[in-house]
Amino acid sequence: MATYDFVFDGLGLRNWCGSSSDGGGGMTSMADLLAKTSGQDAATSPWETPFPSMDELHRACPGFPQSRELTTGLEEGFMSIKDGLKVVVDPLTQPLSWALNEALWVMQAIPWFVMIPLLMLVAWAVGRSLKLVGLVALCFGFLAFVDYYDYTMQTLAIIFVCALICVMFGVPIGIAMSRSDRLQRGMIPVLDMLQTLPPFVYLIPLIFLFSVTEPKLYGIAIILYAIVPVIRLTDLGIRLVDPDVTEAADAFGMTKSQKLFNVEIPLALPNIMAGVNQTIMMSLAMVVIASLVSAPGLGVLVLRGIRSLELGVGLLSGLGIVLLAIILDRVTKAALARINVSQSR
Amino acid sequence: MTDTEIKISIRNLYKIFGDNPQPALQMIKEGMGKTELLEEHNHVLGLNDINVDVPAGKTTVIMGLSGSGKSTLIRHLNRLIEPTAGEVWVDGENILEYNDKQLRHLRQHKMSMVFQKFALLPHRTVLQNAGLAPSIEGQSEHKYADEARKWLDRVGLYGQGDQYPHQLSGGMQQRVGIARALTSNSDIMLMDEAFSALDPLIRTDMQDLLNELQAELQKTIVFITHDLDEALKLADHLVILKDGFVVQQGEPQNILLNPADPYIEDFVSDINRARVLRVRSVMTKTTEPSGEYAGEIDHNDNLESVIGLSEGNTALSYRVLKDGQQVGVLNMRKLVRALVPSEQSDDPESARRSG
Ligand SMILES: Nc1ncnc2c1ncn2[C@@H]1O[C@H](COP(=O)(O)OP(=O)(O)OP(=O)(O)O)[C@@H](O)[C@H]1O
Ligand SMILES: [Mg+2]
Repeated sequence: MATYDFVFDGLGLRNWCGSSSDGGGGMTSMADLLAKTSGQDAATSPWETPFPSMDELHRACPGFPQSRELTTGLEEGFMSIKDGLKVVVDPLTQPLSWALNEALWVMQAIPWFVMIPLLMLVAWAVGRSLKLVGLVALCFGFLAFVDYYDYTMQTLAIIFVCALICVMFGVPIGIAMSRSDRLQRGMIPVLDMLQTLPPFVYLIPLIFLFSVTEPKLYGIAIILYAIVPVIRLTDLGIRLVDPDVTEAADAFGMTKSQKLFNVEIPLALPNIMAGVNQTIMMSLAMVVIASLVSAPGLGVLVLRGIRSLELGVGLLSGLGIVLLAIILDRVTKAALARINVSQSR
Repeated sequence: MTDTEIKISIRNLYKIFGDNPQPALQMIKEGMGKTELLEEHNHVLGLNDINVDVPAGKTTVIMGLSGSGKSTLIRHLNRLIEPTAGEVWVDGENILEYNDKQLRHLRQHKMSMVFQKFALLPHRTVLQNAGLAPSIEGQSEHKYADEARKWLDRVGLYGQGDQYPHQLSGGMQQRVGIARALTSNSDIMLMDEAFSALDPLIRTDMQDLLNELQAELQKTIVFITHDLDEALKLADHLVILKDGFVVQQGEPQNILLNPADPYIEDFVSDINRARVLRVRSVMTKTTEPSGEYAGEIDHNDNLESVIGLSEGNTALSYRVLKDGQQVGVLNMRKLVRALVPSEQSDDPESARRSG
């Protein structure tokens, strides 16, 4: 006898359930088995009344689906649209694979004695601070010294490509959101979801869609995860632009696009840059997780540390990621600070 | 004002803020009031049947208390706000019929605007801000720099072109705002409470600067203020707004001597009349030389200077000259009477109104 027999009896659904509950029909779970063997079948106290879950209802009525069927249903549903989805998504995302491959190749092909000064130059161009350049040299020097140079460059290449794509798509989406309250209302739950879903969850459907050898698999996972802040902060930044200034732009006869490029984006730049900073930091976090699906870089070392319990490798590569995070953060913050200085009032 | 050319002419202009202004407009035309409209229909009456002629080359000041619709009115002149009904004619064209391109042309070349909170672009230098209008047309900084620098110098910002706005004081920022308007080379300047955010001394400086510039350039200026002293200092033509409609408009001296409404009487009761009133508005018009004169004064002198001249002796009379010709005589008794607000004066206009 199952607890919820009365529900189906009461609703007169007994016939729909098929054979009357026989108690032995579906040996579904370990608990069932245990209950059977210990022979205390129906003698449940009210304290032990189970929640009317799918499995519990199934026990009362075999016609009712089990929760297992829900998950397999989801899976089958996804599988059935997978091919169609693939036809559309595959060519659309192909450039991402190319970009990642190219970037990985270029970053590793350039010799270290060109690459490190180049990165120092970039840091100088962005931050105009010798301290920052020194920090960059020190960190990359250290990582190269412990023979992690290649891994570092791979991680950096992936972050560059993904962050760039995040900005390319995120900023226009953010601008569109700032223009339309309706779009904003629609986008916010999507962004919330992207940001709160555990990153591993993205990976599962993506593995089904693409082969694990394709770089776009981890590329998409990183982009989906990291694009959120740049969208949010672009939207916020444009909405926060001083309405007096945009009115002045109108009053002097600017066109819409002149207003966007000469007033709104420059004035929203501090916020947009804060978004870019967060996007880069989140790509870095995700690139480590994405090593599970064959993303190269420092994450692979972390993974090796876990898999084969190589404590030293795990710790050192972890330190490498921290150093990279510090550099990326400082460089983007320095850019932000420079924008803020020229705009503060 | 009939003899001067009219630059902007506002005809039967209405503005109602709200989701469905047309029915509300009908109700207003049938005589509903602002508070009623807000309480019963949740629409805000911004402007109510405005008719104003703005003379070319003169300063027209629009004055009214907070919320009277001044900003709303001035924003109709370059269509930053679209009216609910009415017409705005500029140089003989109804700008409400303009398409986007014509409207941009109007804003780029015919009208410039100066804002209460300066509204400079914080990421551009002072020079680039002053050159906003030419830069919108696509001119390079190199090309407009001379013109922009000329106007920056003219408003007293020598060599500040490379600063950023946040490095300047409020008064200096507003000078940039004025230079920006002048660099656009437009005939019409719209100024929405341009000096209200400045402290009193700087404010007086800026008013003097504007008067100086105006004497030199003769732009058509529409200036908004809620300060009567400022209005009287700048205005050739004064328009007084209340709750979205025009209570009185005309020459400031005239409004001062003959306020048409208790609202305006309230407004004008606190000011220093001796400093504001001019000899020409209180003199007796005559070209006949008669009797003894204690001296000669100009028709544009203010009464304060005449009182100073007479050393307080009310028995005297003065000959009033304009360009060296006699245009009237001023009796000191009459002058003293004009210093008292109109209820007590024997001015024929106000006598008619109160009697
Ligand atoms: N966008 C708007 N929506 C609704 N009501 C508005 C809007 N803009 C202005 N109003 C209303 O129109 C009236 C006139 O406002 P306006 O800003 O023109 O006043 P003002 O004379 O410039 O006042 P102030 O001296 O405070 O600047 C006010 O009652 C205001 O509440
Ligand atoms: Mg205002």
